Amino acid sequence: MAAGTILEPMTAARAETIAAADFSHVAASYRPQIYRFLLSSTRDVDLAETLTQECFLKAHRNWAGFRGESSALTWLMRIAINVQKDHWRNRRMQFWRQTRVNAVDADEASEWLPSHESSPEQQLLAREQVKHVWKAVERLSGRQRTVFMLRYVEEMEIAEIARATGLSDGTVKAHLSRAVGRVRTELGGKK
Amino acid sequence: MSAEKDGMKKMGQAGSMDSETAHDAELGAALRHFRLSVHAWSDAAYSRPRAAALPTRSAVWRKAVSLALGCVLVLGVASEGVYQHEQHMAQEREVKLARQIEMQRQAEAQKVAEEDALLAHVDSDVSREVPAALDPLASLVEGDGSK
Repeated sequence: MAAGTILEPMTAARAETIAAADFSHVAASYRPQIYRFLLSSTRDVDLAETLTQECFLKAHRNWAGFRGESSALTWLMRIAINVQKDHWRNRRMQFWRQTRVNAVDADEASEWLPSHESSPEQQLLAREQVKHVWKAVERLSGRQRTVFMLRYVEEMEIAEIARATGLSDGTVKAHLSRAVGRVRTELGGKK
Repeated sequence: MSAEKDGMKKMGQAGSMDSETAHDAELGAALRHFRLSVHAWSDAAYSRPRAAALPTRSAVWRKAVSLALGCVLVLGVASEGVYQHEQHMAQEREVKLARQIEMQRQAEAQKVAEEDALLAHVDSDVSREVPAALDPLASLVEGDGSK
C-alpha cells in the first residue's frame, strides 16, 4: 500500500466522501495497515489477525457514528489501539484462563528483510540493526511503543498520532524522543 | 527506492527531534531497515494461506470424556476420604467404648470395696459398743445376787 494515499490531508469533501463510502471499501483499503500495526505491536501473527478482526467488527458497529472529523485510518487506528489495550487488560485479569502465546522474539522478527539489499554483508548489517531496534522496542512502555510504531513504521504525522492516541502533540513528541533515545542507546551498545 | 527516499524526507521534516535523527546516519538507516523489515513480515504474514479449523465432533467427545473422567476422579477421591473418615471414627468409637467399660468396671470395684469397708466398720463398731451398753444390766444382776 502506498503511504502517500493514506497521509493525504483531510478536507471536508474528502471526509464526506469517506463517510459516505461503503464500509467494505474502507476495510479493504486499511486492513493491511491495521494488521501491520497490530503485528508490530504484538509480534504475534495469530493475535494480530484476531485483533484486526475485532477492530473491524467494532468499526463496522460504529460506522454510522463516524463523522469524518479525522481520516478513516486515524479513526481505525484509534480503535485498534483500544482493542489492543483491552486485550492486554483482559489477559491480565484472566491470567488463569488458557492463553496461547505465539509472539516471536527479536531474533526471529529481524529475519524479515526486504529482498533488495544488495550484498550478504549489507543484509547481515541490516539484520543486526533491525534486531537492535526490536530489542530497544521490547524495553519501551506500551504507549511509547505505540507512538514509535505509528511514527517509524506507519509513517504517520505527529498530529495524526496525537489524534489516534488521544495524546497532545507535545506528549507524542516526548514519547518519541524517549523511544528514539532507547534505540540510539541500543545501537550504540552494539559497537 | 523512491518510496524509501520519501519516507526519509518525511522523517526529516517532523521537527527538531527528527532533524537530530537525520544527523545520525546509523540511526536513520536502522529505523529504515526496521520499517522495511516490518513491512516485509506483515506482507508475508497477511498473504499467507490460512487453514480454517472446523469444529469437529471429536472435540465434543473429548470434552465429555474428560468431564466424565474428572467426575470419576473427584468421586474416587471423595469416597476415599469418606472411607478413611469412617474408619477413623469407628476406631475412636471402639476406644471410647473400651474406656467406658474400664471406667465402669473400676467404679463397680470401688463401690464394692467401699461397701465392704463400711460393713467392716459397722461390725467393728457394733462389737465394741454392745458390752458397754449391757454394763448397767450386768451390775444390776450382780447386785441382786448379793442380796
